Amino acid sequence: MSTIKVFINDKEYTVESDITIMQACDAIGIKIPRLCYHPKLAISSGCRICIVEVEGMRNFVASCSYPVNEGMKIHTNTDEIRKARKDILELILDNHPKDCNACVRDEVCELQQLASTIGLRERKFEGVKREKYVDDSSPSIVNNHEKCILCGRCVKVCAQIQNISAIDYANRGFNTVIVPAFNDKIANSICTLCGQCVNVCPTAALTEKNYTQDVFKILNDKTKIKVAQVAPSVRVAIGEAFGIPAGSNMEREIAHALKLLGFDYVFDSQFSADLTIMEEANEFLERLNGKGKLPMITSCSSGWMKAMEQFHPDLIDNVSTCKSPMSMMSSVVKSYFADKIGKKSTDIINVAIMCCVAKKYEAQRPELAMEDGAHATDYVITTRELAWMIKSAGIDFKNLKGQDFDAPLGLSTGAATIFGVTGGVMEAAIRTAYELATNKPLENIDITSVRGNEGIKEGSIEINGQEIRVAVASGLGNAHKLLEAAKKDPNKYHFIEIMACPGGCIGGGGQPYAGIRDLPFDPKLVNERAKALYKADELNKIRRSHENPAIIKLYEDFLGKPLGEKSHKYLHTHYKQKFPKGIIRKSKEK
Amino acid sequence: MTSHNQEEINTNLKIFIAEIIKQDRPDSHLITVLHKAQELNGYLSREIMDLVSQEMNIPTSTIWGVATFYHYFKLNPVGKYNISVCMGTACYVKGGSEVLTAVKEELGIEIGQTTEDLLFSLHEARCIGACGLAPVAMINDKIYGELTPKKIVDILNNLKKESENTQIP
Repeated sequence: MSTIKVFINDKEYTVESDITIMQACDAIGIKIPRLCYHPKLAISSGCRICIVEVEGMRNFVASCSYPVNEGMKIHTNTDEIRKARKDILELILDNHPKDCNACVRDEVCELQQLASTIGLRERKFEGVKREKYVDDSSPSIVNNHEKCILCGRCVKVCAQIQNISAIDYANRGFNTVIVPAFNDKIANSICTLCGQCVNVCPTAALTEKNYTQDVFKILNDKTKIKVAQVAPSVRVAIGEAFGIPAGSNMEREIAHALKLLGFDYVFDSQFSADLTIMEEANEFLERLNGKGKLPMITSCSSGWMKAMEQFHPDLIDNVSTCKSPMSMMSSVVKSYFADKIGKKSTDIINVAIMCCVAKKYEAQRPELAMEDGAHATDYVITTRELAWMIKSAGIDFKNLKGQDFDAPLGLSTGAATIFGVTGGVMEAAIRTAYELATNKPLENIDITSVRGNEGIKEGSIEINGQEIRVAVASGLGNAHKLLEAAKKDPNKYHFIEIMACPGGCIGGGGQPYAGIRDLPFDPKLVNERAKALYKADELNKIRRSHENPAIIKLYEDFLGKPLGEKSHKYLHTHYKQKFPKGIIRKSKEK
Repeated sequence: MTSHNQEEINTNLKIFIAEIIKQDRPDSHLITVLHKAQELNGYLSREIMDLVSQEMNIPTSTIWGVATFYHYFKLNPVGKYNISVCMGTACYVKGGSEVLTAVKEELGIEIGQTTEDLLFSLHEARCIGACGLAPVAMINDKIYGELTPKKIVDILNNLKKESENTQIP
């Protein structure tokens, strides 16, 4: 690594030679305001917010893309620069609605924060406003063009990270919009509803479809039994929305808050994650013994399931028939648990709190409905929506005493906790499959080869003398890569785990927005959340799904045996190809 | 427009694409391919863009973005008579926009659209180099100069009649 000398605001610094002005300034502790820039996405130098003055240059330069060179004299904070940035921001804002107080991103809006950073205190320009056009066709994602400032981060995350390219710029000039191909509605497009675009959107142009009002309404309905379930990764992220450091495990506070909100029962999706493992591990062993196709691919991630139907329909028979933990829980609540408390399934309203926006779509899938055609999961709200509900109900989340999830569907093992992080389902499945197949305890249950934040991971384990090769991918772009390799050589892997979001569910599209002036979609944040889940696994006395006493009892009392008749009725499903079919971009040289 | 049927059009386009993507950076030839597609098909239909997407391994959203960015690309079927009303400076000053309004009102279509009977399509042009005759319009390859709203309506009516007379019963 060679270094060079540069002058930043008249002080001399030694910096790496092959970095940009923005990186150099970051390194010395000056954070230049930025908008379209994101370290994980290609640089487009589009918004011009990050301009700086370089002595000898005719114009201000975009620091995100301009490389440093020897002796360069950079000024980040002159009067002219400050004024120019303010003008640029005003021009970005001049066709943006002035309805911050009534906006869903109020308080957590990057554009609002940027205006505050830049010191915008009056609006001089009054531009023509964009036409109000809201695409709320999908149950997961809403695209409100009126709020879009065309920064393009959504387009880039969809193309470069997810390799889906569901949306792109269309038209030109003032009429430019970001839409799916052919101006189709999101619901009719190849969008997988993963919600990564929502995570990186600086405004309320892309948001989840909000169901909080419906849920408040149902909570006030005394004729219904209200049942909540909470996904593993919600508990290690929700604190961020309350200013609690990333990676704090808030499961007891969440259970308490949900009770205060008015839920009659608060269950844990980790219970049904254990149940998923029971079914999935057994399904895998069956397939290994020749009954069904290999490699088997996991089916927990809703975004991945939609991507599979539209991008990889040839893999339908490879995908596990297990429903996701959310849908298994909802199904069990409306059957086994309804019986247990002497109620009909129609008396129960299932609300799932998920880190995910695609789960809202999953909840409405007809193939996951109960016998009477009603949805098993009635509402799905994201971590963000729950955080808002807690605040709106005046619950002092930080200072709650906390309580346990309700029995019996609230008890879970460490194996279930790690479902929230990439590689976790694989690790949990191996723990159980190994012991079921060999009748021997697995000596080291920390399967580190499938841990870590790499996009694609591989590992292997010996079961009864046979080498089982496994692979894990998170982020749909990585998934495409891994699956193309698996298609080329069908014997390469036995078992594949796919999660649609980078990092797994902890990086889901429904997780809290980045804190004030933090980076959205920050890998550091995701790492903290992952650490918290592995810690919870480690601290749990029971770390294998098949040792969960509540699961054992559920099989004794109700289900019979894994893959049995009742399991098939309540816990398994089939998927089919959906259109339009997406194309998988071949990876190209950078 | 060609008289080829759709299958022939698709085959010809596929052959064109197969040849062009052998070159370096195949993506960079998207515009060339869309030009060819429009030449063969008359306009860029959804089916044609899907075909280009499949053959070039480029997402449809990207193709849609390019197709909607350039005025040149037509997203609707083009009529038998393709009208371009010039809105260049000279024509504009001499009343081009009144001519354009007259066409819109007479045919009931907006810029970029085609009449339901597939007879007329309407576009605006940016100077076709006949400023001396301003305001002008171009219908297919023929230039009509010194137009007024009334004159252009008469021309349209004549074309309608001409088309009726040439139709085979």
